[in-house]
Amino acid sequence: MTRFFGSCYSEGAVHIPDGFLSPPVWVSLDVAAVPVLAGAVRRAQRRFDEARLPLLGVMGAFVFAAQMINFPVGVGTTGHLVGGALLAYTLGASPAMVVMSAIICIQALVFQDGGILALGPNLLNMAILGVLAGYVPFRLWGGGRWRRPAIFVGAALSVLTSACCALAELFLSGIRMPPAMLAVSLVLFLVSALLEGAITLAVIEALQVLAPNAVRRPRMIGALGLVAIFLAAVGVLFASTNPDGIQRLGQVAGIDGYARRLFSTPFTGYETALFANPWLRKATAGLAGLALIYSACALIFRAAIRKRSA
Amino acid sequence: MTPAIEVRGLSYRYEDGFEALRGVDFRLDHGESIALLGPNGSGKTTFVLHLNGLLNGAGSIEIGGLLMSRANLAAIRRKVGIVFQDSEAQLFMPTVIEDVAFGPRHQGLSPAEAADRAMHALATVGMAESAERAPYHLSAGEKKRVAIAGILVMEPEILILDEPTTFLDPPAQRALTALLAGLPQAKIVVTHDVRLARALCSRAVFFQNGIIVAAGDVEQIVARFDWDIA
Amino acid sequence: MHHVVLDEWSRRSSALHRFDPRAKFIVLVVFLVVVATTQRALASLSAALLLLLLACFAIAQIPLAAALRRAALVLPFIAAFAAACWFAGDPDRALALALKSYLSALAVLLLMATTPLPQLLAGLESLLLPRFLLTVAQFLYRYLFVISEEAQHMRIASLARAPRRRGSGMRRGLKEAGGALAVLFARSHARAEEIHRAMLARGFAGHFQTLTRRRFTGLDALVVATASLAVILLRLGAEGLAK
Repeated sequence: MTRFFGSCYSEGAVHIPDGFLSPPVWVSLDVAAVPVLAGAVRRAQRRFDEARLPLLGVMGAFVFAAQMINFPVGVGTTGHLVGGALLAYTLGASPAMVVMSAIICIQALVFQDGGILALGPNLLNMAILGVLAGYVPFRLWGGGRWRRPAIFVGAALSVLTSACCALAELFLSGIRMPPAMLAVSLVLFLVSALLEGAITLAVIEALQVLAPNAVRRPRMIGALGLVAIFLAAVGVLFASTNPDGIQRLGQVAGIDGYARRLFSTPFTGYETALFANPWLRKATAGLAGLALIYSACALIFRAAIRKRSA
Repeated sequence: MTPAIEVRGLSYRYEDGFEALRGVDFRLDHGESIALLGPNGSGKTTFVLHLNGLLNGAGSIEIGGLLMSRANLAAIRRKVGIVFQDSEAQLFMPTVIEDVAFGPRHQGLSPAEAADRAMHALATVGMAESAERAPYHLSAGEKKRVAIAGILVMEPEILILDEPTTFLDPPAQRALTALLAGLPQAKIVVTHDVRLARALCSRAVFFQNGIIVAAGDVEQIVARFDWDIA
Repeated sequence: MHHVVLDEWSRRSSALHRFDPRAKFIVLVVFLVVVATTQRALASLSAALLLLLLACFAIAQIPLAAALRRAALVLPFIAAFAAACWFAGDPDRALALALKSYLSALAVLLLMATTPLPQLLAGLESLLLPRFLLTVAQFLYRYLFVISEEAQHMRIASLARAPRRRGSGMRRGLKEAGGALAVLFARSHARAEEIHRAMLARGFAGHFQTLTRRRFTGLDALVVATASLAVILLRLGAEGLAK
């Protein structure tokens, strides 16, 4: 059974097919994906003019080709590169998002790997959130002594984030899983994540020798990075131990009622699933809390970077 | 009579410091065909990339009387067409016809006119039935012919070919040679293929370590530097 | 390779191949939405839709068995989740997952077997997808075959040089994998540089100019209307019969 499961997850990237997600989930994520993707495209356009489009396409083809290769990495395992983090470390975050989006679209169309209606969720999971999760550690620590761990952790986080988001979306759509299978899935995700980290690091190190200009060298933000980690850790702790606390915060801020209304009107039946099930409530509260903290940190860095370069 | 190409004292140094060209003088007259011979790494391709402004070295380059400068770049690129060694990189559009029409489209022609010109060019090289095919499916010889069509469609005065017969099997080589021999443009052919040089060119120059060490008759140069494989 | 066969199918000619890619895409979306939102009478609707798809494959002169097999590539993934639902006590959902995702994959396959991807991508621009993204996808697809082959050659070459040694260790395996990928990366980068030069040499001035845009004809609109209606009617019919 594990082997069977393994073959499905060995890619390290979960492309959700059509027919798995419930309408509220795929509709809302398809809608949400539009402005996010447009934003990523706009940012990428600022960095790469049209003359460089072939480069982005060719790099996409490279990642695609790399994804199709099994690398025997010893111990009886084979690795596959997902590549979001690698693209981010060589091209930059927003170009990497655009290239990953192109890859995912072509995978969905040509290989039926991932659905068409499910493009919104898949793009958000892998091309946006995955790339972002991979880029942040690199941006923070990629310029100094912690470069190698930053690359490893970033690549691992990118795969882990995409996979967990996909799993969350599937659960929100009502897919049930026996706890044993869930545990196995999470373990497999972790293994894929670690492999991605290892392969990405190996490629970057080889590139440093072969083509040193290919890999970016972000400016150090050191101290603020530690603050960010501390805040995030506190946030996660808070969210996991006191989800009701966050919910109360939400109630106080009036968000909770608003969210309830938002979900209840078009999505009858899902409201009960979302807010009555204590596990799901905690999960969503935790995710919401993390998202808030993440965005707060991002804003702080933005301000700090601007101050530094001024 | 202004020459088609006049180069004086061209020098070029790569980013890593390697001096690829060390003062090259060169002249090509209208309708003439010259072969560039010489060992690998002697600067032949580097030289040729300067002739339509893809590389920017020191020295003076005049194409049909136009001095190489930013302002003249567009005009010069219309006069000089380069067929690169790697056709895969040259045929970068999704279909054959889109690729051949690329030049005219970017010269400002309408889609219909560009497509029309492209079909004529494809007919010239004998690839008209392959207009809608994807470049991936073509053989090396077919790709090379399409690449040539993509340059001919821009009606250049000077045709530069960088190692055109590499990757081609003998029948394809013969076909290509025949095709090229029938084209009226002045030609510069970078090649190791002495038979091609003999068939297409009257004169040859020999590159060595970034300069031209000899110029003359194709047979003279081949004999002097023992450049034939037999 | 999978995509090579699909590419070949998409370049054949039949009635279906000739319709505008946008029309076919819209019909596909309608089909997918109908399937995705079906709650009742799924089994009978699935049978009807399957027959419809098979008929379309026949008209398009695509070999049926091969098509069914290719769509089945999604099955391992589905099977895992279907099994999960089954063991968690939700057998209806397990069946629904399998039917819906297989049908959806088959429908997408029909679109891609009758429409060359570059044409579809060009058409999607009028459906408001960002041109920047679509152009990246075009170049990606153009060089996908080329670079995949290069990667295969490299893999074969490395296997030929160093046959798999037991216990050679993860470290070495990673180093080799990293090195091979880095070489492929550098080659791809160099190729991109050559493409850039080729573009400049032919007068590229900052903006891609494409060739003729297809016109959406009355026939295409008719196809969209008829096909969508057919699918929706099948759904209503199946649900009606189930009552």
